[in-house]
Amino acid sequence: MAEFNLPKNSVVGTGKTFPAPTDATKVKSFRIYRWDPDDGENPRTDTYDIDLDKCGPMVLDALIKIKNEIDTTLTFRRSCREGICGSCAMNIDGLNTLACLKPIEDVKGDVKISPLPHMPVVKDLVPDLSQIYAQLRSIEPWLKSDTAPPPDHERLQSKEERAKLDGLWECILCFCCTTSCPSYWWNGDRYLGPAVLLQAYRWIADSRDDHTGERLDNLEDPFRLYRCHTIMNCARTCPKGLNPAQAIGQIKQMMVERQV
Amino acid sequence: MATPPVHITRYATPLARVRGFGAAKSGTAHWWHQRITSIALLPLSLWFVFSAAMLAGKPYPVVALWIGHPFNAALLLATIAFSAHHVAAGLQVVVEDYVRNDGAKVAGILAVKGLCIFLALLSALAVLRLVVVRVLV
Repeated sequence: MAEFNLPKNSVVGTGKTFPAPTDATKVKSFRIYRWDPDDGENPRTDTYDIDLDKCGPMVLDALIKIKNEIDTTLTFRRSCREGICGSCAMNIDGLNTLACLKPIEDVKGDVKISPLPHMPVVKDLVPDLSQIYAQLRSIEPWLKSDTAPPPDHERLQSKEERAKLDGLWECILCFCCTTSCPSYWWNGDRYLGPAVLLQAYRWIADSRDDHTGERLDNLEDPFRLYRCHTIMNCARTCPKGLNPAQAIGQIKQMMVERQV
Repeated sequence: MATPPVHITRYATPLARVRGFGAAKSGTAHWWHQRITSIALLPLSLWFVFSAAMLAGKPYPVVALWIGHPFNAALLLATIAFSAHHVAAGLQVVVEDYVRNDGAKVAGILAVKGLCIFLALLSALAVLRLVVVRVLV
């Protein structure tokens, strides 16, 4: 059966508390999941009290402040700090989102931060995404055409054809959606998950690609595609406001269309 | 193709594991039938609930004659068939979602389908019996 309880060595304990400086004026507590593969200990939640008057507005600003000024061992991924690279995806205040786009003031009470759910943890807030990357690779997310491109210009698309890619090309592959999906939690080894299926549809919908049937063949599977039960967590959590469930619905519709 | 417990060392690459045995090239019919049967069951369930309410408290011969009428019998048989198909398809998904062990999964799906088929046959024969009784009376 699916496992509903954490294994013993994954139960999260209480960790250290780092109080704010005595002259702090606007204190907010950040409760952050910590786990170090090298110390043999269970995960723990460390609490960092931050003076918001000396910190940037976003959750990522607070994480960087903690790492720079309070605890250099805190580990997390980040790069662009403006919502375009997808590196700082994590669970903040119960919702998967990008730390760089999440204003601290949007969180009522303590700011609870943990890694993306149901992924193996590398350290602290860094999840192991190698399975998801392999799943992305498996849908071959690049243009496949047996027609040679015109020698003197690019492959053309009409405005209408290009418009079909809106709501798809904006995905930055942060995998907030995939890791928020209960169906992916239970069957992630076989279900491709919302992010990868949205990418699959991005290439199915591309008028310049002529491998649509082959792409659909590769998805027609009770687990790869049909584990989507339109739970809609994906659309709710997407920090870019996209709707992977709708893209999956389009794929399912095409599966039927090619049979009638 | 269940995943072995995590403590077993696996050197197969993530891509090899993800590709697995390839796509099963099925699932569309199952998904489509679930949608079709649910749409068909909307009017059928309404009709059935309405009819059951009308028949409540009526004596047995009246109800038996009503069920034996070809129009009602046909709709009842359709309700039985669509319901059984819909329930079997839905429960199959539940088993596939939550049961990890391959043997238990296959046994669970067979049990679900077997039970649904048995109940559907039982219900259909009860209706057909009253159709025959009506003809004979």
